Amino acid sequence: MTAYWSIADTVRNIVSGEITATVLVETMLDRIGKLDDKLGAYLTIDKAGALGQAAAIDQKRKAGQPLGALVGVPISLKDNLVTKDLVTTAASKILDGWVPPYDATVVAKLRAAGAIILGKTNMDEFGMGSSTERSAYQPTKNPWDTARVPGGSSGGSAVAVAAGMCVGSLGTDTGGSIRQPAAFCGTVGLKPTYGRVSRWGVIAFASSLDQVGPITRTVADAAALLQVICGHDPRDATSLDTPVPSFREALGGDVKGLRIGIPAEYFGGDIDPQIRAAIERAVAALVERGADTVDINLPHTELALPAYYLVAPAEASSNLSRYDGIRYGKRVDATDLLEMYSKTRGAGFGPEVKRRIMLGTYALRSGYYDAYYRKAQQIRALIKKDFDKAFRFCDVVLTPTTPTAAFEIGAKATPFEMYLADIFTLSCNLAGLPGISVPCGLTDNNLPVGVQLLGKPLDEATLLRAGQVIESAVGLGDRRPPGAAS
Amino acid sequence: MTTELERMLETWEPVIGLEIHVQLKTRSKAFSPSACEFGAPPNSLTDPLVLGLPGTLPVFNRAALELALRLGVATESQIRARSRFARKHYFYPDLPKGYQISQYDEPLCENGHIDIIADGAIKRVKLQRIHLEEDAGKNTHVGAVSHVDLNRAGVPLVEVVTSPELHSAGDAAELMRSLHRLVRWLDISEADMEKGQLRCDANVSVRIRGEDRLGTRTELKNINSFRFVQNAVENEILRQIRIVESGGRVTRETRLWDANLGQSASMRSKEEANDYRYFPDPDLPPLVVDGAMMGGILRSLPELPVARFERYQRAHGLSADDARLLVSERGLAEYFDALVAAHPGSSSGRTLANWMLTELLGALNAEGKSIEDSAMPPATLAALVELVQNGTISGKIGKEIFEESYKTGEAPLAIVDRRGVRQISDEHLLGEVVDRVVAANPKQAEGYRAGKDQLFGFFVGQVMKETQGRANPVVTSDLLRKRLGR
Repeated sequence: MTAYWSIADTVRNIVSGEITATVLVETMLDRIGKLDDKLGAYLTIDKAGALGQAAAIDQKRKAGQPLGALVGVPISLKDNLVTKDLVTTAASKILDGWVPPYDATVVAKLRAAGAIILGKTNMDEFGMGSSTERSAYQPTKNPWDTARVPGGSSGGSAVAVAAGMCVGSLGTDTGGSIRQPAAFCGTVGLKPTYGRVSRWGVIAFASSLDQVGPITRTVADAAALLQVICGHDPRDATSLDTPVPSFREALGGDVKGLRIGIPAEYFGGDIDPQIRAAIERAVAALVERGADTVDINLPHTELALPAYYLVAPAEASSNLSRYDGIRYGKRVDATDLLEMYSKTRGAGFGPEVKRRIMLGTYALRSGYYDAYYRKAQQIRALIKKDFDKAFRFCDVVLTPTTPTAAFEIGAKATPFEMYLADIFTLSCNLAGLPGISVPCGLTDNNLPVGVQLLGKPLDEATLLRAGQVIESAVGLGDRRPPGAAS
Repeated sequence: MTTELERMLETWEPVIGLEIHVQLKTRSKAFSPSACEFGAPPNSLTDPLVLGLPGTLPVFNRAALELALRLGVATESQIRARSRFARKHYFYPDLPKGYQISQYDEPLCENGHIDIIADGAIKRVKLQRIHLEEDAGKNTHVGAVSHVDLNRAGVPLVEVVTSPELHSAGDAAELMRSLHRLVRWLDISEADMEKGQLRCDANVSVRIRGEDRLGTRTELKNINSFRFVQNAVENEILRQIRIVESGGRVTRETRLWDANLGQSASMRSKEEANDYRYFPDPDLPPLVVDGAMMGGILRSLPELPVARFERYQRAHGLSADDARLLVSERGLAEYFDALVAAHPGSSSGRTLANWMLTELLGALNAEGKSIEDSAMPPATLAALVELVQNGTISGKIGKEIFEESYKTGEAPLAIVDRRGVRQISDEHLLGEVVDRVVAANPKQAEGYRAGKDQLFGFFVGQVMKETQGRANPVVTSDLLRKRLGR
């Protein structure tokens, strides 16, 4: 079925002429048209752009010109990735209708590889949230149970992928925003090592934590997208100038002798028993194929949440200063400058964004920097050290991606309850490590469960290899979300 | 007014510190590829980063580092091997990101000094720091409408902060002149104050002489000429002393200097001051200066103006005024050094300086040219001076030869020979002329012998007339004395 083709199948079928890119894109657009009113994954659908790209690819193929690694693959992009001539809002009213004059590096790379951009996906405003309920435009529903959230902030991408409304998608992950929705929606989500993927053209939330990564239906698809978007970018001073390995070669390998670290701190009393059971099945699958488990400790884990909620809001309060109504985006006119600023920002930002701007502004106040931001950075260093030490005894760290499966829309009444939804994914960003969430079964309620693997810096390959073993043993296989039936 | 100030200064001691911004002359901006130029059409020198568009990232232009380091080394500052960029936050339409990239607690240079030449003596002024930052744009107000021009936004600057140890408006102005001369000398800035390439804020306070504690300071902004530095600081000293003498207290505030009115007005009080919420910019890695880079800077550093000022007096016996004039621009000093090098006599510095400052600069000034435009190379001027010094031509003829050589570029000796104006020093040859002149004027000879001293000049004049001015005046006088018998 076209809607659930893998990247490899799509490319093969386009190259062989089994299907034209135009027909494929028309099929996908048709499916989006049928499903997305219900699911709300897309903020913008670029029908004309996608058909234009498809026609160009068909032309190229006819002319016998070289075709890229992702030729004809219909993808979606989280709406905080800047796309030339295509509205980009980060799901905020303050950027309502903003049409960027340039492409993010990852977008340019995808285009160059022949991928076709179907549209931009919904998210929590500026990435601030774990349920996509904080979008200024619309809610997004989990296709496994439309009364439940898809997770967030890259919820639109996860839903578009899970429901077959694109082949793959790019999200961003600041504290779990790729892995958590991937887990909730039964998809694969990978956050690369900090610096692996360029942030040029990624609308900043927290600069020292943000990273772009793939959300896909399979580990192999994640590897294929990652391959294209990785690499040094001179336009991002935090981008790493290190060689990118062949991720495809990492796939299909065995896990014999692979040491799986099981951190006690991630298996406390708060985990849903069904999640725990699914995770244990994933561990068992790895062990059955020759991996060893190692009990490890990550003693500063409980400090990750407070540290994250100082660092991320502090950087966000700074990054969001540019939305002042002067040069682009929303402006509310007023009689003087100060009033214009406060009215524009008051009307343009949603409540969660304002909360975090205030948190961050408070943390950076003169005289409080040492007590908050600096202290949080010191905790980051301790968390990083925990992992450095753990990786002397193991090759990957395995944890649940989330403490529970997808929760019901509106269930998290207070901001703090919502913040706890990311408890297992924050450390990875604070330490700058790569992390992947892979589906490892369903709960009794038919809700997906994700297992998280955290790797050594730059060792995405091992995550993909181990992830694929889990996928083939306890993954969802051909089970598709009921909400995706058209 | 001056007398009032003089009386006050017997009791009160002004304390002044300067914060000086210097635009560095790089081709492109500090963190993006747009060009740095003065006078381009508004907003023509912008790019996505300069406009503060979402998703853009700064990448530091290392050319600016090289220039800043030259100043750091020239002021014998301590250079930080790893300095950091920090964000300084405030909202203003000319600041597109809502923060300025600057340096805060880890600046590039600290504890340097600048030597100023005040009243012919050298005074050392300590520098607290020199740090790198980006310039803001420019707002202009037309009636009720404000326009923002971002051409200047992102131009690299160094901010030079002196210790509060200047004690007169004159010294403050002199420090500005010294820094102006130094940055031009080092070729790191055009430092044209009219174009805003060199700008100054002054912190001023007063205290009773002998007191250690500093008084309450005010910050004067918008001082954009050397004369205004003098005027604004003097005006502020007077204003503050008047306040404290009449029993009042100086308010901590920022004041704006109005050069047309010749007075300052309060801009904002301490309470209204911004909390800049500095924190290290997470988009920019630490700025690393390695040994090789420092070595290159040290090797390429020219001899500095104050060192040359001393050397010209010590080694060449120049007056302080001449030495000061020669070090006012690097081109003058370099011309002078080349002149000395091209001249065979080692003790002729004063004579060479005289010829250069009087004849050459006189001629250049008359044409509105600078020393760099001089068509007369140092070797030519040196050769001319040598012709005068070794008696080939007289000083008077020398000036005529200079004029012709300056105009035509012909070698001085060639002009001398063509014109046949070599000085006659031969005693035998001159003796014959003297004999003729004395014989032809018996009355005057008699008069002179009878005691009319003033007639000696008549005989010299007659000899000069006979020889078309070529007679060596010293030899002529000797011979005349002998012949006239006195």
